[in-house]
Amino acid sequence: MARRTHVTTSINGLPTEFLCEPRQSVLEVLRDELGLTGAKEGCNNGNCGACAVILNGRVVNSCCVLGVELEGAELTTIEGIADGEKLHPLQQAFLEEAALQCGICTPGFIVSAKALLDSDPHPDEHKVRFWLAGNLCRCTGYDKIVRAVLKAADAAETPVP
Amino acid sequence: MTTTDRSTNYRIIGTRPVRPDGVEKVTGKAQYGADIRLPGLLHGRVLRSPHAHARIVAIDTSEAEKMPGVLAVVTHRDFPAARDVVQEIGESSVNALELSDNVLASRKALYRGHAVAAVAATSVHLAEEALTKIRVEYQVLPPVLDVRDAMREDAPLLSETRFTKELGGARSEKPSNIASHLRFQGGNPDAALEEADVVIEREYRTKMVHQGYIEPHNSTATWNADGTITIWTSTQGAFSVRAQVAEILRHPISSIRVIPMEIGGGFGGKLPIYLDPVAALLSKKSGRPVKVLMNRTDVFEGSGPTSGTWVKVKLGLKDGKISGVKAELAYEAGAYPGSPVGAGSMTMLAPYVIDNFQIDGYDVVLNKPKVAAYRAPGSPAAAFAFEQALDEAARAIGADPLQFRLDNSAREGSRMVTGAPLAKVGHEECVQAILDSPHYKSPIEGPYRGRGVASGYWFNGGMQSSVVAAVNPDGTVNLIEGSTDIGGTRASLAMQLAETLGIRYEDIHATVVDTDSVGHNDVTGGSRTTFASGMAVYQAGMDIRQQMCERAAREWNVPVDKVEYEDGRITWTDGEGTFKETSFAEQARTAAQKGGPIVGKASLSARGVGGAYSTHVVDVEVDPDTGKVTILRYTAAQDVGTAIHPSYVEGQIQGAVAQGVGWALNEEYYFDDEGRMLNSSFLDYRMPTSLDLPMIDTILVEVPNPGHPYGVRGVGEVPIVPPLAAVANAIADATGRRFTELPISPRRVVEELHGLA
Repeated sequence: MARRTHVTTSINGLPTEFLCEPRQSVLEVLRDELGLTGAKEGCNNGNCGACAVILNGRVVNSCCVLGVELEGAELTTIEGIADGEKLHPLQQAFLEEAALQCGICTPGFIVSAKALLDSDPHPDEHKVRFWLAGNLCRCTGYDKIVRAVLKAADAAETPVP
Repeated sequence: MTTTDRSTNYRIIGTRPVRPDGVEKVTGKAQYGADIRLPGLLHGRVLRSPHAHARIVAIDTSEAEKMPGVLAVVTHRDFPAARDVVQEIGESSVNALELSDNVLASRKALYRGHAVAAVAATSVHLAEEALTKIRVEYQVLPPVLDVRDAMREDAPLLSETRFTKELGGARSEKPSNIASHLRFQGGNPDAALEEADVVIEREYRTKMVHQGYIEPHNSTATWNADGTITIWTSTQGAFSVRAQVAEILRHPISSIRVIPMEIGGGFGGKLPIYLDPVAALLSKKSGRPVKVLMNRTDVFEGSGPTSGTWVKVKLGLKDGKISGVKAELAYEAGAYPGSPVGAGSMTMLAPYVIDNFQIDGYDVVLNKPKVAAYRAPGSPAAAFAFEQALDEAARAIGADPLQFRLDNSAREGSRMVTGAPLAKVGHEECVQAILDSPHYKSPIEGPYRGRGVASGYWFNGGMQSSVVAAVNPDGTVNLIEGSTDIGGTRASLAMQLAETLGIRYEDIHATVVDTDSVGHNDVTGGSRTTFASGMAVYQAGMDIRQQMCERAAREWNVPVDKVEYEDGRITWTDGEGTFKETSFAEQARTAAQKGGPIVGKASLSARGVGGAYSTHVVDVEVDPDTGKVTILRYTAAQDVGTAIHPSYVEGQIQGAVAQGVGWALNEEYYFDDEGRMLNSSFLDYRMPTSLDLPMIDTILVEVPNPGHPYGVRGVGEVPIVPPLAAVANAIADATGRRFTELPISPRRVVEELHGLA
């Protein structure tokens, strides 16, 4: 077994340390070492987006980043999207719009969509579809997911005083 | 059973509340099979055959067993001898002998990806290393990979002892890859075709495709020293996992407890078992709990996709009516018999009245994964063929394709090819809904743009369900059910119970429990759960109402049959001004003092299944240079009986359409000549993304099913039946070329349009 490396990082705003083998991905570290199982493994080669996380402000597939690369990084996972008991507008919109069926892809969609809204608070339908094209959903046909993201974007709009 | 008239104003049914399991799923807290963590957990991996067809001469596991950290290795030798018995697992059945052989191969590897051994180790990486130390000696045999090739007399045989089950139970003289031949016939099709004004005769092909659920198969098992086995797994039916594992391991069914975790999609693919007995055996050998996961390549190569098919249709018209049909359907079963060719044969003509027909179906084994159910199994490929032939026929006589379907439509009382009459169904209503839709009334203009329509039918299932509804003192109810919630059934069942009891939806707490904790429930499959478990929920609710009325009658000293229950209020009046009233909430609060806990129960084998029809229209644009087909607009109308939660009904339709569009345009198992799948990743097996689809419009046609108290019909499967043909018909309209083979991929379009084929 390869020697394990000590990594110091920040996950969902909390200082975090862990040991990992050089071959372990961020997805493995999250799920197997840190007990954060919200990110899902659908393909383990970057094609389905179920393991999406936000690394230093950029959405990435955590199966394609090594755990040792988290040294000094800031990571946001699905577990860090809600503010305590208060759901993020995206999470609320997914519930209200019935934008999930089996729910396995949902964490990845919400994380990717959050990165989208962080960079562009008012995307149009085409931009939402383009941005989410790296996340596969097999249940919904994407209709209600796209509607939920557009609704959350509207909800996040700051009313003019 | 009386149908509650749809004009009745339901309080809950037809609304769109948030699902009970929603918050856990949007926050990442929901526990799916792969998320389970247990003390001392080992990680299992499965070694798979690199050959599509090979005799297994020897397996040497000694090197793997010597590795530090490897605690168990299993092969087929570790299984007890299986029995030659058939088990029903909902929408499909399985022979225990073949199931055991599929879970870990015995004498032969019958497809690439066939499991041959498994290891359990302290880490998943170690387990993967250990697989490379297992030496398997194969004698490679020629594979057979095409359904028509497999049917030839000189084809390589998968089994020398398999003979064709012929019509009337006869057996073929020689061994064959054709496992069975079935036929449905009526009237005189030969004469009808002879006298027809128009005859269309075509052959159609579809490729093997996968359900494509995002969650790979997984199973975690612990085999205790006392012989009890606990299994945490992703399945459409915990009870069917229990029965299959018990049969394969020859273990008492009552000593096995299956805990259904949240499931990340199934679509029929999570009815059979693959990993559960392997995880159990690894646990028995190692003495520790073992979690076995498939990776995505394992899922493509080693689970159960649906059949590639060859279908030949000969269709005759006389005076604008379908006068006769002859059809042959050959479906790939994969490595063991059991393709859905029977269902394909029975559903193909179901939307229409056709008196003269002969349909021959062939179930054919070949060196590909054993197929599993996939959403209306067998029906989409049959509809792909027949609905295209119908489109050509309508064009030949200059008829509007929808009006033509309406003129030939089946209705209540029409006979299916089995001879069974249809109950109240809504095909005409679906066709009419599309005829009246803004989509169909809009023009479709421009070069390389076209519009296609198609209809489809699915039987839907009934089967067994059990539920318990326990009333809490605070006026809420714990609804305990055993049907896997694959897309909102906790919501649809809670809504039906709230409707029955006249209480708030939010006051029902629905939970899916394990096989030790509720009576038997068949699989979540066959679009049966909202229907059959919903019927059980209704009966459990009526049980609670009856108990509460009896308590009130006793307290008031009046006859119980004069006590009424409505909207959560329990009342009695003598008709002369004396009036008494209590409520669900009061009975719940005072239950302990008035006779003890109130628990409603129901278990049933559901009758009164309502079949479902669906009619779709799609507009496409074809790029003649790249061959890319763009879906411009899509509208699906479906007879949904009663939409309990319309959002999730729409979601079923939209998801099925997306799968159907993928099947039509891009998805296929792409094999080389040796039977190796060359596209076993989500990069190369091209499922639709959000960018590939427009919004999918739905029209919910409600023709209540008279067999259900709230008129429910299954809705999940039929919407995947029309898209294949609808898209192909639209492409024919756009290009003037008829594509009879799926997928209609860019390469195929370019080859066809530029004469390069």
